[in-house]
Amino acid sequence: MTTAVSEAPNVEFVHRPDADGPAPTRIVVAYGFWIFLLSDFIMFSGLFATYAVLSGETAGGPTARELFNLRHVFIETMCLLFSSYTCGLGMLSAVRQHRDRFLVFAALTFVLGAAFLFIEITEFAGMVARGAAPSRSAFLSSFFALVGMHGAHVTTGLVWLTYMVAQAVFKGLRPDVIRRLFCFSLFWHALDIIWVGVLTLVYLMGAR
Amino acid sequence: MLGRLSWAAIPFNEPIPLYTGVVVVLIILGVLGLITMKGWWPYLWREWLTSVDHKRIGIMYFALALVMLLRGFSDAIMMRSQQAIAVGGAQGYLPPDHFDQIFSAHGTIMIFFVAMPLIVGLMNFVVPLQLGVRDVAFPVLNSVSFWLTASAALLVNVSLVVGNFARTGWMNYPPLSELAYSPDVGVEYYLWPLQISGIGTLLAGVNMVTTILKLRAPGMTYFRMPVFCWTALSSSMLMVAAFPILTATFVMLLLDRHLGMHFFTNEAGGSAMMYVNLFWAWGHPEVYILILPMFGVYSEVVATFSGRALFSYRSMVLATLAICVLSFTVWLHHFFTMGAGADVNAFFGIMSSIIAVPTGVKVFNWLFTIYHGRVVYKPPILWAIGFMVTFVIGGMTGVLLAVPPVDFELHNSVFLVAHFHNVIIGGVVFGAMAGYNYWFPKAFGFTLDEWWGKASFWCWLVGFYFAFVPLYVLGLEGMTRRLQHIADPSWQPMLLVAELGALLIFLGILCQLVQLIISIRTRESRRDVTGDPWNGRTLEWATTSPPPAYNFAVLPHVETIDAFWDMKQRGVAHIAPTYEAIEMPRNTPIGFVTAFFATIGGFAAIWSIWWLAILGLLAIVIAAMVFGWSDDREREIPASEMARMEQAARQGRPA
Repeated sequence: MTTAVSEAPNVEFVHRPDADGPAPTRIVVAYGFWIFLLSDFIMFSGLFATYAVLSGETAGGPTARELFNLRHVFIETMCLLFSSYTCGLGMLSAVRQHRDRFLVFAALTFVLGAAFLFIEITEFAGMVARGAAPSRSAFLSSFFALVGMHGAHVTTGLVWLTYMVAQAVFKGLRPDVIRRLFCFSLFWHALDIIWVGVLTLVYLMGAR
Repeated sequence: MLGRLSWAAIPFNEPIPLYTGVVVVLIILGVLGLITMKGWWPYLWREWLTSVDHKRIGIMYFALALVMLLRGFSDAIMMRSQQAIAVGGAQGYLPPDHFDQIFSAHGTIMIFFVAMPLIVGLMNFVVPLQLGVRDVAFPVLNSVSFWLTASAALLVNVSLVVGNFARTGWMNYPPLSELAYSPDVGVEYYLWPLQISGIGTLLAGVNMVTTILKLRAPGMTYFRMPVFCWTALSSSMLMVAAFPILTATFVMLLLDRHLGMHFFTNEAGGSAMMYVNLFWAWGHPEVYILILPMFGVYSEVVATFSGRALFSYRSMVLATLAICVLSFTVWLHHFFTMGAGADVNAFFGIMSSIIAVPTGVKVFNWLFTIYHGRVVYKPPILWAIGFMVTFVIGGMTGVLLAVPPVDFELHNSVFLVAHFHNVIIGGVVFGAMAGYNYWFPKAFGFTLDEWWGKASFWCWLVGFYFAFVPLYVLGLEGMTRRLQHIADPSWQPMLLVAELGALLIFLGILCQLVQLIISIRTRESRRDVTGDPWNGRTLEWATTSPPPAYNFAVLPHVETIDAFWDMKQRGVAHIAPTYEAIEMPRNTPIGFVTAFFATIGGFAAIWSIWWLAILGLLAIVIAAMVFGWSDDREREIPASEMARMEQAARQGRPA
């Protein structure tokens, strides 16, 4: 996509903020990715709404109160929130072309994300072992779908992060690589926002 | 190893799908053979299948929609024929199981693979040209979106020959669509392809919103954008906001079916009405996704063929945005009979009626544009005028249905069927035909034959009334929808009239095919050398027909609404500028490759061949990574080459 704007000699060019024509690629890419993230939020809102409606439908099976361990959830949450912090620091290093520092922060982000995922999978496995599988009740179906969908996003994020680190190493921190890193970082922060919703609606309200 | 797939999947004992399938396969093989014999593959691959040009992709969307229209229409005429003859003692020629598949496939195909590609195709082709830019924001993503839609369309049609389609109606309501009541692959053939095309549509929406908000010619402020761009923006925003709900809903139904979960089941606390709510939280915005771009087409057509600016541009834009927002507040009117109570029903009834207000504003704006205009009766404006009459009738029956007590009487009757065909055919299809006749010369460089265009219009218009007015009457008499057999013989005369209407529409479609063939054969005498065959007002007419890959050698500077009209008035429309080198994206097979693996993965998922489905998904991820690694994605067109191409293309134009 070209961003070069040339001037037709026969039409006088009055400069206005809107007169600049197409935005530069950097802005277009980030903006488009934001719009995509909004659509992702809406998909989650469908799952949130379903959970809100079905969370009481335990069908005589285990309830939220019996199942959730807030200590695990707290550690999980801290892992994810700190991974967002390290991700932000990594982005700042990348923009300043500090490659080694970027790699350290990327590694930290990966480890924290993986730790989050590990705790989540352990929690899921424990629930299934205690007879709280997703097919037990509508409540558990909606729980596993909502939290699992977030987990699937985190997994995607980890794969993407690995790929971006490879690009940074082999291609260097070029403008197009930074642009993609910026999208990744938006994605990673968005998962935090979703998680704050999960934490509140599912765990804190459920464990009351 | 092969999941649920076996030879039993081929319907050897059902002659209708078997013979149809054989004929379709033979036609496909014939076309592929012809392409091979003529040696067209390299050209097709280079110029179309791998193209990232928004115009080519738009044309391919439109072509896909027209092919699928033939399929969806065959379903329609089969249903009409069955209902016309299976009365009283007669059983007709379609057994219930097959009839149920046909009405499900008809709705699914018409909405997802006809109406959607029509509007996405039009937006793709027109929007960047009207904005005065060289492509959409993400050209490669655009190609991916198209091919995913094509992949899904292919998968749905495979159900004709391998296995069967859903018998659940196009809304696929549980509990009927749950595993307990639809154990075979029919529902899978509905869910998986729609997940694939849903992703394609979502990405197309993201692309279009970004294009319109971030890529516009210099000087084109929001309130200088053509109305079609505003409607495309509204429609695309609705795609971004509504399609993810459908994706989430189908994920839940798939989890119910494959992992034994209980979102929508009758047992263990599931709620089937959840599905209905979620489905229409997507479904009602969806009807505005379809109709809004067509309102844009009518606005362009009415202004151009009346020879004057659109009446009250601003109120048109505001009405569009009002409809865009209100479309999310009415979904419950699709199931007033759910039993949500009088208060809830009253709220949604009132909101539904309110939508008629901005729509009415639009109709008056078009009428006032025509009033005092000098209307040139070319096919596009005929479709637009036919729309105004037909759509207003459909709107009024819609307001009638928005009254909950009336809806309790008419719910699930053929009155409802007549209503939504009235607005979708009279609104969306007529709009697509207006747009097809209007922008065809821009896309291919020659105009379509007028006589056959007008013949097609009159067949469609008259055929529409013959086909659906009887259904209004029968609906009021209590005939419910989706009847494979008609118990009351007194309904038969009306059903025969409806059959006649369907045949008239079929004649209309034939006229369109004849129009296309005749126009292609006589194209040399109908060349559009000016690039502006209709004395147009917006920027797409400023470039040549067909436009070069880069659309505009030099981006136009926009001073007003109807920028090209303004340039023509000031006499600056055709002055040759100084050329500069530009960069254009290179074609890439990534879209085609993604869809190839999506088709394999989707087919595998339908038949529960999980290892192959996972392989397909992995292949897509790897293909995306390989593409993401490539660096050489753009090519530069030097200034000298630009000047040479432009001079060659502009020879026939006024100085």
